[in-house]
Amino acid sequence: MSSSGDLPKPRLDPMHAKTLRRHILPRLKDRLFAMVGLSATLLSLLVLAVLFMDVLGDGLSRLNWQFITSYPSRKPDQAGILAAWVGTGWLMGLTGLIALPIAIAAALYMEEYAKKNILTDFIEITVANLAGVPSIIYGLLGLGLFVRWMNLGRSLLAGAMTLSLLVIPAVILSSREALRAVPNSIREASYAMGASQWQTVRYQVFPAATPGILTGIILAMSRAIGETAPLMAIGALTYVGFLPGRGLFSRFPINFDCLLEPFSTLPIQIFNWVSRPQKAFSVNAAAGILVLFLITFMMNGMAVYLRYRHQKRSRWS
Amino acid sequence: MAFPLQIRALSAFYGRKQSLYRVQMDIAEKSVTAVIGPSGCGKSTFIRCINRMNDLVPTFRIEGTLLYHGVDIYQSDVTDIRRRIGMVFQKPNPFPKSIHENVAYGLRIHGVKNKKEIDQTVETSLKKAALWEEVKDRLSQSALSLSGGQQQRLCIARALAVEPEMLLLDEPTSAIDPIATARIEELLRELKKNYTIVMVTHNMQQAARVSDTTGFFLMGELVETGPTSQMFTNPSDQRTEDYITGRFG
Amino acid sequence: MLNRAAHRKRFLQRVYEGLIERALFGCALFSVLITGGVLSVLLFETLGFFKEVSLIAFLTDTQWTPLFFEKHFGILPLLSGTFLVTAIALSVALPIGLVSAIYISEYASDPIRIFVKPTLEILAAVPTIVYGYFALTVVTPQLQRFIPSLSGFNALSPGIVMGIMIVPIIASLSEDALHAVPIGLREGGYALGATRLQVVLRVVLPAAISGVVASFILGVSRAVGETMIVTIAAGLQPRLTLNPLVPIETATAYIAQVSMGDTPHGTLAYRTIFAVGTSLFLLTFVLNIMGFLLRKRFRNLYE
Repeated sequence: MSSSGDLPKPRLDPMHAKTLRRHILPRLKDRLFAMVGLSATLLSLLVLAVLFMDVLGDGLSRLNWQFITSYPSRKPDQAGILAAWVGTGWLMGLTGLIALPIAIAAALYMEEYAKKNILTDFIEITVANLAGVPSIIYGLLGLGLFVRWMNLGRSLLAGAMTLSLLVIPAVILSSREALRAVPNSIREASYAMGASQWQTVRYQVFPAATPGILTGIILAMSRAIGETAPLMAIGALTYVGFLPGRGLFSRFPINFDCLLEPFSTLPIQIFNWVSRPQKAFSVNAAAGILVLFLITFMMNGMAVYLRYRHQKRSRWS
Repeated sequence: MAFPLQIRALSAFYGRKQSLYRVQMDIAEKSVTAVIGPSGCGKSTFIRCINRMNDLVPTFRIEGTLLYHGVDIYQSDVTDIRRRIGMVFQKPNPFPKSIHENVAYGLRIHGVKNKKEIDQTVETSLKKAALWEEVKDRLSQSALSLSGGQQQRLCIARALAVEPEMLLLDEPTSAIDPIATARIEELLRELKKNYTIVMVTHNMQQAARVSDTTGFFLMGELVETGPTSQMFTNPSDQRTEDYITGRFG
Repeated sequence: MLNRAAHRKRFLQRVYEGLIERALFGCALFSVLITGGVLSVLLFETLGFFKEVSLIAFLTDTQWTPLFFEKHFGILPLLSGTFLVTAIALSVALPIGLVSAIYISEYASDPIRIFVKPTLEILAAVPTIVYGYFALTVVTPQLQRFIPSLSGFNALSPGIVMGIMIVPIIASLSEDALHAVPIGLREGGYALGATRLQVVLRVVLPAAISGVVASFILGVSRAVGETMIVTIAAGLQPRLTLNPLVPIETATAYIAQVSMGDTPHGTLAYRTIFAVGTSLFLLTFVLNIMGFLLRKRFRNLYE
């Protein structure tokens, strides 16, 4: 420690106005903001909790085996969600079958093959725009094109095709991100060994991106399950007294007639109950919501778990 | 053939920017040819012309010819060229698969399906890369669990599996620790008995240790080339001498 | 060097791969097809609509009563309904979302961040019909305790709930934007003795502004296009007003309302949903393009 003169001590008098303004106030503001920030963030959590508790309180009592295995009815205590969740299952299966191959193929092309030109820019903007189009507009497209022009009526097939339009842009976007995350060094190593472009994509890039692609698919599908508006627009019936998909195997080998029949889904059934004035139907709606929550959260949980495992495993050195 | 690779007046362009200026060089067989020079002198561009990795860059083009066993590389089937001329990169880039699958990949894409044949070749290649003893009990483990030096040897094994005649190494040890580097250099001295090797390095001592011939690049030009011992003790060109004695670079 | 058989095999392989590339390209064009489909269906029916209703009347009439005996076809009431709910939603979502984003990006410790980010994702994953139910059965009654004049269907309740729904959009996009600002910029501020808040407000936020604005715009787009919350809780009475306490109808709710009913195809009433749909599409299209371009510009700045 040098003895030849220490630095003069700064005048930090807390009561002095300049000190207050320059040194203390900013720090106070910073602390204050930290608290405000935490509260804002927790507010969302709070709302979620209130929402969930409310639905739980309203609907848990109604949730029983009879509820899950009954058809809808004019009497609230006899009404159930059987046709609804079976319809949801069928709809999701069909939608996946139609939408996923197209979306993944499009993502592969855009990410691995497309050259930089106006057409690819145009496709990119188009996909970005489609991802933000209100879901009910897709319903209008389904109504005009599938229900009317292609004469599919208000059927399961029309519903699946309409929902596919919704799912495709979202899956394209998330798949492209997953493909982009694969390091270029993998591609280079593959080409350097004499692999062709398709071999590289099929054996290295796509397998490496699979967890990410899968996560994106699960998230998109779980959003689609909760969609009500587009299906309402194409006129999905709310009273369906039979099981969608019946008679699939009644003719050899597969009878596709059932795809042209009307259908219902869980969100549509919930909406129908919410629109009724009787309190008892409101209880049914809450119970239906609990089932919907269960499905949605299970799927989201799967996606998060997949993402977590993938992030742990892939240390790209 | 004494000089399997002959490079004639090779110029390279990224769009309008020229990167190589009329390079003329003959690569001798079954030896190590080192390519040295300061950063940005075009060494990597040069070596990537040989196996046409630069084709992946949209704006790239060349003038001049590269003849491999008398046949123009740029007129041949590129996947065939890349099988016969293997490459190892600066940063080890094993595939995110098992050790076995890494080495077997090359065989699979070139149509080999027989499981016994594949397993046999995997073992042979790993032995040639001096890695077999360390991994023979964990072939199904992920390649990413290996150390840096081991990963690089795995990349060498992977390249050897498709039975190339020539190997291109782009600064193969610059991302590896010194002990692992020494092992790889020893491996190269062994490999050059059977393979023609071209190695880019910014480490002149490494060039002196391992190579038989050295080429010095400066700003896209091949300034001088000759036997390594001569290049490092008595270079003809003043620029070469300046670089080697550390006056720049 | 190469024998005939290998040549042929390689040729076939190349043909095969060419076909694959073409098939993939076809799928990529599909998205253009979808857009084309949306546009043609919308335009076809909308043109039919405008054969019977003048554009001027559509844009300036202050009443929307296509299903009543005395028909008016002014879209302003529907647009004002959409605007009102959107404005309420964004006035809730923007402060909460942005402050949360700043907190998560700049203040939160790792354990808090790990806890909070999934919460926001869960919030975004809740189906909108659940939010609608919540608005109708919980929020409206609770608000009525403080505002007795609040009617059962109103704009305030769904507006607030929609705001909560949009918070994750604004929060996560803004947080990405803030996070992408290079550390070097921040360090410059700290080195001058600034507090964390000062660095955030004066250095980081301005640098990330285009990303933040993009998140805001995309939040607006989402609010404009939302259907279920408003259909359930806002009412089905088109009204040109800025009063959040009375029933109104948004553009999306109108489309839902008519689709649920038995309006026969090919009638003018049927076509009204497409006219409204076209307006919605145009509005969200402009918003989405703006958001997309802003985000692209932001990414190019820092990546």
